[in-house]
Amino acid sequence: MSIQDCGTKGRMDTNDSLRVASLWHSMHAISQQLSPVNGCSGIELLEADTFDLHCFQSLPGTKFFVVCEPGTPHMESLLRYIYELYTDYVLKNPFYEIEMPIRCELFDINLTQAVQSDRVALLGR
Amino acid sequence: MIGVGKMKQYSNVLDKPLSKGKQEVSLTAFSFLFSELVQYNQTQVDNIAELERRLEDAGYAVGARVLELLCNREKGNRRETRLLGILSFVHSTVWKVLFGKIADSLEKGTEHEDEYMISEKELLVNRFISIPKDMGTFNCGAFVAGIVKGVLDNAGFPAVVTAHFVPIEGQQRPRTTILIKFADEVNAYITLFHSLFLKLWDKTLTFDTCSAFFHPFCNRCLKERHG
Repeated sequence: MSIQDCGTKGRMDTNDSLRVASLWHSMHAISQQLSPVNGCSGIELLEADTFDLHCFQSLPGTKFFVVCEPGTPHMESLLRYIYELYTDYVLKNPFYEIEMPIRCELFDINLTQAVQSDRVALLGR
Repeated sequence: MIGVGKMKQYSNVLDKPLSKGKQEVSLTAFSFLFSELVQYNQTQVDNIAELERRLEDAGYAVGARVLELLCNREKGNRRETRLLGILSFVHSTVWKVLFGKIADSLEKGTEHEDEYMISEKELLVNRFISIPKDMGTFNCGAFVAGIVKGVLDNAGFPAVVTAHFVPIEGQQRPRTTILIKFADEVNAYITLFHSLFLKLWDKTLTFDTCSAFFHPFCNRCLKERHG
């Protein structure tokens, strides 16, 4: 599990981030069971008053989620792009151990570049 | 069977011509394989210097084979005898075949006579690799340094080759430089040829002509010319 804080509005400290992540993991699993429709893959979007939470689950089960302001567009494509960055700069790095927090310089650099507001619109393809 | 007559059947597999083969390999596949090579070697060693040594040895084997293959394929089995020749062979041909492009630059070192540097903005093998802070100046480009060493040693130009990160102002990521330091024997060969040449030819030949004909990087020529 690894958390990146790229926002300008609010900041989550480490404890809060961990709390959100573990809560989300359980909620995601429960929602898969609760669904009235068969073959549900879990929660994709959580809309609240002050924030939106988009979630993307990859085929092996790794979950990427982003907490953003309500109504921010192109979050799904951003998540998909982040997944690409993950497979490139984290999984191909011989110094990264699976399941450990991500400390890869290239991943961080590309992630901050992707999240800059003017770039996110470009991802909406 | 349809089509079987079209291909010439070779009775001996050694008679078959060496094909150029598929020119491209998936970068992802190579990255995973290289990552596994590094991880495996990490489990076998105790410190970083040994890890570098292991990667260099792995590259050495590649370099030796690449030299043989390229001499046959690209140069028609001609042996390179000049220092500049073998350096530009590494810088262009070897790089083109292995990494799909020629190296960014080839420079002569300013501090020592027999040092040369091949620079690259980012080595292909390092494309997806981020070195953790606690590993200091370790560079997985040691593999590529090993390849260059393999080529040079087997071509008759023994050298010590290392890979270094060189930080550049204004850029986040440092450049990589492959530093080649030729052994003393190489210097000796050049000086030997130089003296032989002078004895055989008219001594009034200027050093300029001599160097232009023979070896542009001869140390004695440079010393006579520049004092």
